[in-house]
Amino acid sequence: MFNIERWQEIFESLSKNKLRTFLTGLSVASGIFILVILLGFSSGIQNGVTSQFERDAANSISVWTGVTTKEYKGLNPGRRIQLKNQDFTAIVNKYDDHLEYKSPFYTIWGGLVNYKNESGNYRIQGVLPDNQFIENADISQGRFLNHSDVMGAKKVAVIGNKVSQDLFKGEDPINKDISLYGINFKVIGVFYDPGGERDESKVMMPITTAQKAFNGGNDIRNMTYTVKMSDNFDDAVKLSEQISLGIENDLKQTHIIAPDDISAINVNNTLEEARKIYSLVDTIKAVFWFVGIGTIIAGVVGVGNIMLIIVKERTKEIGIRKALGAVPMSIVVMILQESIFVTMFSGLFGLIAGLGLLEIVGPLIESDFIKYPQVDFNTALTTVFVLVFAGAIAGFIPAYRAAKIKPIVALRDE
Amino acid sequence: MGANSLHVLKGINFDVKEGELVSIMGSSGSGKSTLLNILGMLDEADEGSYTLDNVPIKNLNEKIAANYRNKFLGFIFQSFNLINYKSALDNVALPLYYQGVNRKERVEKAMHYLDKVGLAPWSHHLPNELSGGQKQRVAIARALASDPKVLLADEPTGALDTKTSHEVMELIQGINDDGKTILIVTHEHDIAKMTKRIVNLKDGVIIDDNFVQQVRATQYV
Repeated sequence: MFNIERWQEIFESLSKNKLRTFLTGLSVASGIFILVILLGFSSGIQNGVTSQFERDAANSISVWTGVTTKEYKGLNPGRRIQLKNQDFTAIVNKYDDHLEYKSPFYTIWGGLVNYKNESGNYRIQGVLPDNQFIENADISQGRFLNHSDVMGAKKVAVIGNKVSQDLFKGEDPINKDISLYGINFKVIGVFYDPGGERDESKVMMPITTAQKAFNGGNDIRNMTYTVKMSDNFDDAVKLSEQISLGIENDLKQTHIIAPDDISAINVNNTLEEARKIYSLVDTIKAVFWFVGIGTIIAGVVGVGNIMLIIVKERTKEIGIRKALGAVPMSIVVMILQESIFVTMFSGLFGLIAGLGLLEIVGPLIESDFIKYPQVDFNTALTTVFVLVFAGAIAGFIPAYRAAKIKPIVALRDE
Repeated sequence: MGANSLHVLKGINFDVKEGELVSIMGSSGSGKSTLLNILGMLDEADEGSYTLDNVPIKNLNEKIAANYRNKFLGFIFQSFNLINYKSALDNVALPLYYQGVNRKERVEKAMHYLDKVGLAPWSHHLPNELSGGQKQRVAIARALASDPKVLLADEPTGALDTKTSHEVMELIQGINDDGKTILIVTHEHDIAKMTKRIVNLKDGVIIDDNFVQQVRATQYV
């Protein structure tokens, strides 16, 4: 295939027919370019959505309460339902086999936190040690809460990275005292959370401590459990649905709530949400691939079409070449080599342009739902080759036919 | 290319010796171009035999025909048939490319033949930058480039004015003087008179075939 003379011949005919070369190249390059951008954004959406779910454990069930809206067994609507410690333990006892991490929450929204002269408002949460895994939090310094902190209702706190930055300004916060409404707590750890700044603006302490310090008694605001994952995603979804339903019914019974009251007890099952979102992502991916493949097909048809026109336009030239002694095979090879060279070159150009654009624009996108749009290089390269190959086949037929035309017929072509 | 075949030539029997300059005359439809195309292996005869330089030309497939054309024949067409995106030099070099001659030698040879037709200064011009006479001279140089046994010219002056026609004929006569065998199809009597032998065709048969006293084109130029 490599023959300097032939390449010189090809470059000559390409450079002498700039417009034709340019248009062929443009259609191929734009096809690949669009495909790369599409695939990039499809992966960007996937990354974005996935990272949304990394904030917290994906298989959690959260329970919180509201106000009853229905009269039931002689009780008026409008009652506020208050969860207690025993609600939490009852559920833990009943579903222990299926639950992995569990934590009740006693939360103070926007509590004032001081360290020396610095202060700020942060969410203060009383939790159990399991909450580290429910929140997907990483400890960067010190440690998270442990069992003995909870049992002894110790006045210790784990602060989010944001809190640490705001109050300590780079100072090591471990073993320093922060003050919450005049009560001192010792900082034992700093955590990072994939949920970002919002989830890192928190101060966590043992639930026992929080209930005591802030007059909580036995009250808890809400509670979260994670369900043990089974290998099969659908089974896991089914199991967590069952548990969610069980928890809701149990709580309704204990608190005497109408079974059809939908606002008094709220149970949110993230796994089910996750499944919905993942199936949405799959759909988006499928749509993008569909559009992408459509683009490729259009590109192939375009290349085939252009090949047809090129051959038609060059019929006379082919006749001349044959009259001068070109064998039919050399005509086919000439046309194909030219078209493969153009499609390959412009395909790679479109690929690089697309990848370049993703590389430049990607980091500038500030959307929670599109993150790091990127394309698997091999996938993109494969599509270029598919396009070139299909284009070559599409071009082969007219080229072969042209080479078969009798030179006298080709010469008569005007 | 239609389904109906048309018998244009109905029994032609003639012989051309090396170094002859023959014109084939006849009105349109007489079959003169068809004869030339068969001789040029651009078209095939349904019947009969054709021997070129002691090689029987038969059972041609495209590949063999292409090689024979390349080795034995040079074509000059009425409409020049230059490749319009190639310079004069590259057009002349094209038959050599198909002979597998390397680029350097190709350029040298092509330049030599361009010089011979008096167009060396125009070697890098594209066909559309040349006059009709110049184009035909490039075509003649191209036909000569592969050093063929026979030159076949189909109405070489058909698209040219009288003066240019005579210039081209002068060139063709000069080439013939060097010993090249040349067949010219024409319907112009003054052009035919510049050859050494006139074959008259009518309705697919030869009606007469005479050697004539050649008129030199030089006297008109």
